[in-house]
Amino acid sequence: MNILPAGSIAPDFTLHSTPDQTVSLSEFRGRNVILAFYPADWSPVCGDQLALYNELLEEFAKHDAQLLAISVDGAWSHAALSRDRKYHFPLLSDFEPKGAVARQYGVYDEKGGVAGRALFVIDGDGVIRWSYLSPMGVNPGADGILKALENLGASQRKAG
Amino acid sequence: MHARTPELAIPVSADDHAQGSRSATVTLVEYGDYQCPACGMAYPGIKRLQRGFGKSLRFVFRNFPLTEAHPLARPAAELAEAASLLHQFWPMHDWLYENQDAWTAYGTEGLEAGLRQVGLDESEVAQILRRPGIDARIRADFMGGVRSGVNGTPCFFLDGYRVDGGVADLEYAIAERTNES
Repeated sequence: MNILPAGSIAPDFTLHSTPDQTVSLSEFRGRNVILAFYPADWSPVCGDQLALYNELLEEFAKHDAQLLAISVDGAWSHAALSRDRKYHFPLLSDFEPKGAVARQYGVYDEKGGVAGRALFVIDGDGVIRWSYLSPMGVNPGADGILKALENLGASQRKAG
Repeated sequence: MHARTPELAIPVSADDHAQGSRSATVTLVEYGDYQCPACGMAYPGIKRLQRGFGKSLRFVFRNFPLTEAHPLARPAAELAEAASLLHQFWPMHDWLYENQDAWTAYGTEGLEAGLRQVGLDESEVAQILRRPGIDARIRADFMGGVRSGVNGTPCFFLDGYRVDGGVADLEYAIAERTNES
């Protein structure tokens, strides 16, 4: 299974963001989306990838980009994590069938039974413009996302 | 060094908070957060490296506050930047790390105690803190870090190259570079 490359259509999905709410990728048509798959809730704070992205939401908004984070954890775990870490973006639950969305994007880790640490930048037409699979233990940071968003902005300006 | 190691996006300049000579053999840059426990634990190790390598090592500190995870990280960074304008950056920086457990338990009151202990004038600091340049400086440090691939704190760069791991790894890498020259 390989990570979906740039140029692929991003598979649509509908996942729980809270125990009683769902989010669909298609809701964000016309805007850019950053999908961040991550292995598990409750990893240590200081090296936490999501804590970094939480500081960059304004920066992402400048590129008209919405961040969606996805793991196989349940919606209640996400709710507790989100509250504890003060995250201001949705955590989506790829819980049932487990990892189905991660599989569609080619980033499910069969051995660990979790989503890999993968990043996708998707444009307003629902096309993947950049994707990256990080080694499991390595926090990929945010420079790749920002570069991809800048390239996207530059090509959009050219087209317009 | 590994070819894919992230490089420091913002070169060290006269605007940086630096200890040691510009002609030092090796420059170590830390991206740090004053409320981050891992940074607090690294602090005595950095001091040890500075003592051990002496004039061969220049040390630079840049702000990387994770403000949602650590609500006091930004006020602490602001205080250190204000102290810098009063030429007291390093005493404030050192105090914040040496007393991290104590002031983080008392919130902003803890920080106020710190500025008094460092001997800064409270009203002078309050005035400086109203200047927009302080926030801009911290944000610029932070974004420069993000563009350099900083993904958490502390994050270290040796002569522009990222070094992952702890103080022991830094010591080894610095020794290697100082022996080469």
